Amino acid sequence: MPPTYDIAVIGAGVIGCAIARRLTLDGARVIVLEKAPDILDGASKANSAILHTGFDAPEGSLEWRCVQEGYREYEAIRSQMNLPLDRCGALVLAWNEEQEARLPALIDQARANGVDDVAALSRAETLALEPNLAPSLRTAFRVPRESLIDPWSAPHAYLLQALLNGAELWRDCAVTGGAFDGQLWRLETARGVVGARYVINAAGLYGDRIDALLLGETAFSIRPRKGQFVVYDKAAARLARHILLPVPTDKTKGIVVCRTIWGNLLVGPTAEDQEDRSTADLDTPTLEMLKRKGAEILPALAGEEVTTIYAGLRPACEFKDYQIKAHEGRNMVTVGAIRSTGLSSSLGTAAHVARLVSGLGFAASPLSDPELPRMAMLAEAERRDWQCPGNGGMLCHCERVTLREAEAALTGPLAPNSFAGFKRRTRATMGRCQGFYCGQAVQDLLNRGTGA
Amino acid sequence: MTPLPDTFDVLIVGAGPAGLSAAAELKSRGVASVHVVEREAEAGGIPRHCLHSPYGMREWGRVMFGPAYARRLLAEARAAGARIHTATTVTALLPGGGVELSTAEGLRRINARAVLLAMGARETPRAARLIGGTKPGGVMNTATLQEFAAFSHHRPFRRPVVLGSELVSFSALLTCRSLGVRPVAMIEPGARISARAPMAALPPILRVPLWRDTRLLAIHGQSQVESVTVETGGNTRRIACDGVIVTGGFRPENALLRAAGLAVDPGSLGPVIDQYGRLSDPAYFAAGNLLRGIETAGWCGREGRRVARAIAQALAGQLPDPALSRPLACETDAVAFALPQRLSPGGPAPAFDRLQLRLRRPYRGDIALNGARFHIASRPERRILRKLPDA
Repeated sequence: MPPTYDIAVIGAGVIGCAIARRLTLDGARVIVLEKAPDILDGASKANSAILHTGFDAPEGSLEWRCVQEGYREYEAIRSQMNLPLDRCGALVLAWNEEQEARLPALIDQARANGVDDVAALSRAETLALEPNLAPSLRTAFRVPRESLIDPWSAPHAYLLQALLNGAELWRDCAVTGGAFDGQLWRLETARGVVGARYVINAAGLYGDRIDALLLGETAFSIRPRKGQFVVYDKAAARLARHILLPVPTDKTKGIVVCRTIWGNLLVGPTAEDQEDRSTADLDTPTLEMLKRKGAEILPALAGEEVTTIYAGLRPACEFKDYQIKAHEGRNMVTVGAIRSTGLSSSLGTAAHVARLVSGLGFAASPLSDPELPRMAMLAEAERRDWQCPGNGGMLCHCERVTLREAEAALTGPLAPNSFAGFKRRTRATMGRCQGFYCGQAVQDLLNRGTGA
Repeated sequence: MTPLPDTFDVLIVGAGPAGLSAAAELKSRGVASVHVVEREAEAGGIPRHCLHSPYGMREWGRVMFGPAYARRLLAEARAAGARIHTATTVTALLPGGGVELSTAEGLRRINARAVLLAMGARETPRAARLIGGTKPGGVMNTATLQEFAAFSHHRPFRRPVVLGSELVSFSALLTCRSLGVRPVAMIEPGARISARAPMAALPPILRVPLWRDTRLLAIHGQSQVESVTVETGGNTRRIACDGVIVTGGFRPENALLRAAGLAVDPGSLGPVIDQYGRLSDPAYFAAGNLLRGIETAGWCGREGRRVARAIAQALAGQLPDPALSRPLACETDAVAFALPQRLSPGGPAPAFDRLQLRLRRPYRGDIALNGARFHIASRPERRILRKLPDA
């Protein structure tokens, strides 16, 4: 008899992590199966780190509902888990007549979406809020509740809460096949057979493949959409308070300029369709284009230093909306094509998925007094460990990561299995020197910590 | 170790060659309390992990390796009476010489009558060069490689590509040899190497192919580097390798200056100083590679001692009013920077008695600076010295 669970979640991206948390808190015995050495290794490793209100989501869409519900739950739980929120607001900027003409419809759409605190701004009002904007700006509107969050501490907190309350995580554990006998799924994995009463497909960039593997068919085809980003040093963060958004197109929200919760300034993403699901290549001409684009919006950016560059893949498909479906008679829910708002919607998507699983017949008693993880606070504006006694001294100088933070990250049920995973948990080596000073010390610490 | 007091005469930020030399000089000039803070666990700066010679020839008339040189600088600063505080990170520079520090015990604030900034320089990493491809492990600057060689038993790769041909790039080749690592290629975008021509003899001796006129377009690999794509003579080709050493492109470690709003020269990326090494806030001075990337350890040490003399003069009220300082005016864009950037009239002999220039592009011709004309024929990365114009 294989180890058997109520729920098997395939994929430990932000969506899988949030679903594992929700169902664990609802009383299920959950296992999370992740094919990569560490979690958040696919679409979730690179995004623009914004908590969206859903003001520009298609009206009445599932995406809109999940984003709104996700936003509310993040606000409700973040203090308990020590997760940051910088409610800086966003400005949607019109740079020409055509864009200006589209603003009233976007404002109407925001209000229809329940985001009723949006406000139109004149050119002068906009420049008073953001004096570093290029003077060619025409008009704008403000969305006060668009916010910055930590795109990694949030999903780590979700999964860690699941693990602390009985869930299991198997990494390096690709699902290679499976069959449902009317009662139980038998999933074949890289680490042996796993039994589960229900399966949640949260496989992100491989969502259609997992559907095909387990159901013999798929209702959508993932078409990876690459986004490249340029991140500027912390000195550049003074240039913008708000998230600066362009007027969106059908395909993309467009290139954003905003601060990060860690105090940098980023420009991106691009929207480049590609076949490859595993590799997001950076290319110099596009990065130079992003720098030019950033400097068109904030001219003072031209003199600022680049700290890092990155690229990610969003699991887009031929449809605009999320592809979330409960498969009657198969005890499976597909959570597919979470193309660009997954970080914002994840908690709402998880709640939606939990309702679908109930609809398939699953019932359990919610945990009465669940364990709560408390995450390391890495936000620039919050009190950090380097400001506190007993921190063990500084390991990474640029990001001010302490030895105590690094050692804490290396212990517990969600300790990293890769250098990249360690960086996501601590930010070590992710600052302006990119490991010039601490690269060797960090590698040695990891080698000791992981016994490599 | 003596704890760091709340108020004292001179704080030195950075215990590399400039900071340690300045500390010894300040003590020898009778300054009562001189404290050096260093964020690393060991004092000594970059030479600590430069396992090669020559160091120390001008200072002590003998050839030394980096670590021995660093130990001797530290011993001299200590013997002179300066106090060294390691694992102590300056996190903010406040107006007038207040400084915020972080240690294992948390945050605190001190006040010094004068602060010497000697935080040095670092190499430009891969990301800031906008090199394409993926972001696997095994991509690092020379200093990180040297730290592996000096402090660790871990060999980060076996057959890397070396990017760049500055002096430090050749030092990376020697470090590779000491680690038992054989680079598969040294690549340089320009038609000539950046270092002086004789260095081009080193790669063949070490059996490393030197490819000029070659640009690194992309790095490939998932967890570790697997290959790179280069463009040479209009053709692209892929080179199998397991690491990339990104060398040179030194830039001052100026983040604290920028956060404090101290004036930074966009050409040097170091602070704007007058001929005494004074910054836009006259409680602050600077010396060493924080002023520009990059000079030798010996050069930085001499600069540290000269600026230390100016600091002693400032404490004695002998330096001219900084409000009277004027910028040096340079008429051509071929000059990336000229150091010092300002001149304060009416004071004692300058700490910087010669002007240090760097070019942005190869240049041959006359350059006018504050009315004085100089002939220059040189290339970027080369040190150019001229007599300091009168204040």
